[in-house]
Formats: sequence, C-alpha cells, structure tokens
Amino acid sequence: MVEKKNILVACGTAIATSTVVAKAIEEALYDRDISVNIRQCKASEVPSLAQDADLIVTTTPVSVDKDIPVIQTLAFLTGIGKEDVIEQIVEILKD
Amino acid sequence: MKALCNLLVKSAILLNYPAKDAGDVVSALGDRLLAAGLVKDSFVQAALTREQSMPTGMPLNGKINAAIPHTDVEHVLKPGVAMATLTHPVIFHNMASPEDTVEVKLVFLLALDQPKAQIEMLQEIAGVLQNPSLIETLMNINSPDELIATLKNKAG
Repeated sequence: MVEKKNILVACGTAIATSTVVAKAIEEALYDRDISVNIRQCKASEVPSLAQDADLIVTTTPVSVDKDIPVIQTLAFLTGIGKEDVIEQIVEILKD
Repeated sequence: MKALCNLLVKSAILLNYPAKDAGDVVSALGDRLLAAGLVKDSFVQAALTREQSMPTGMPLNGKINAAIPHTDVEHVLKPGVAMATLTHPVIFHNMASPEDTVEVKLVFLLALDQPKAQIEMLQEIAGVLQNPSLIETLMNINSPDELIATLKNKAG
C-alpha cells in the first residue's frame, strides 16, 4: 500500500483561509483518487510542523529551512489559477 | 449562501461606507460586532494588529478587490460576519505578498470562534470572491435586507 502523503496547509490564524484551502485540496484530490493527510496550522507554526510534510500550501508567507516544496497561493480563495495549482499539487505528490 | 446569511450580522452591514482607510473600515465593522455582543473589547485592536503583520487583501478577477480581516479565536464570543461595501477603494496589503498593496472596496470582517466550525460560511465567502458579477450586484445594493435576500438566493 502506498503511504499517504502529508500536506501542511497554513494561513495566518489557522482558522479562516487555511480551512477553505484544506477543504478545496481535499475535494480536488478526492476527485482524482488521491488520498492525503491534511493538517492545518498557523504560518508561525510551519517551521516546527514541516518535518513530516511532503508539501506545504499556504496563503501567507512562511519560512521553511528544509527542502520541502511550498506553494503560496490565493487560488482556492479567489479562483484565479485554481486548476493550475491543483495540477501543480498533483505533480508534486507523484514523486 | 445560507450559511453566510445566517452568520451575517444585519447591524454590522455597512453599505456604500465612505471609509477613510483600511483601519477605519475594520474599526467601524468591529465596533458593530462589539455592539452586537459577538466579540470582546480586544477584538478590534487584535484585528488591526493582525492586519499589519498578516494582511488579508486579495486581488480578484473583476474590477473590485476584497479583504477578509479576522483575528484569533480568543477575541471572539460568538461567530459572525460583518461586511462593508465602500464608496472609494482603500489600501489593504496583499495576503500572499504583504509588500504589495490592493485597492479594496469589499470587506468581510470575520469573527470565528473555532477552527473548521464555520467551513460552509467560509466556502460561501470564497464563492462570493470568485463571482465578479455577484460582487458588482452587491456594490449597488443599499439595504442590508436586500443584500441578505440577494445572497440567500445564490447557490453555493
């Protein structure tokens, strides 16, 4: 069995925009039969939580020392470029 | 957009509000939420401070841009949403790239009391943000009742 990938979804407070982003990613990946673990956090918590993450998606700038892909996007809120970002996420999770 | 309508606080809907700047509209909306008993005294200052460090402006697809100021759950008593349409744009900073500015005419001030609980409302706000023609309609509405009725009839 393939191990589930972990996505860390961050925003300023971990209650508003990351909630929308996490739900949108979950639905988009479900449609593509990709099962993932999604965890929400504050941008300030990213450095301490990033070690298990295969991908970080954030609406606000975050700092990550490790070599983990980061997608910083408002696409799941504004709809602008959403399909492109979903494709980008799918590509990263393939590896 | 029933979840959003249920959480919109009618006394905290300011239509065609002539805001001086971003702080003015956040304060005006926050004061209405305070008067309605949804937030603590600390809420407005917390939202203003957070907006400085982690801004919430977003460039949208249409002519009108939006901001969704909010702050930590500890300043909130009950969940609710305040909303303003502005006569003139005010400067917010971009959520994704805080060094950039966004001219904003639509503001949702969110009082959220726990993570994930208000997911439907948040998705519906994203639905508004993704719908330039709906935003155009909202900008021309002059009464909170009409605004709520317009949103209620929208799917999603």
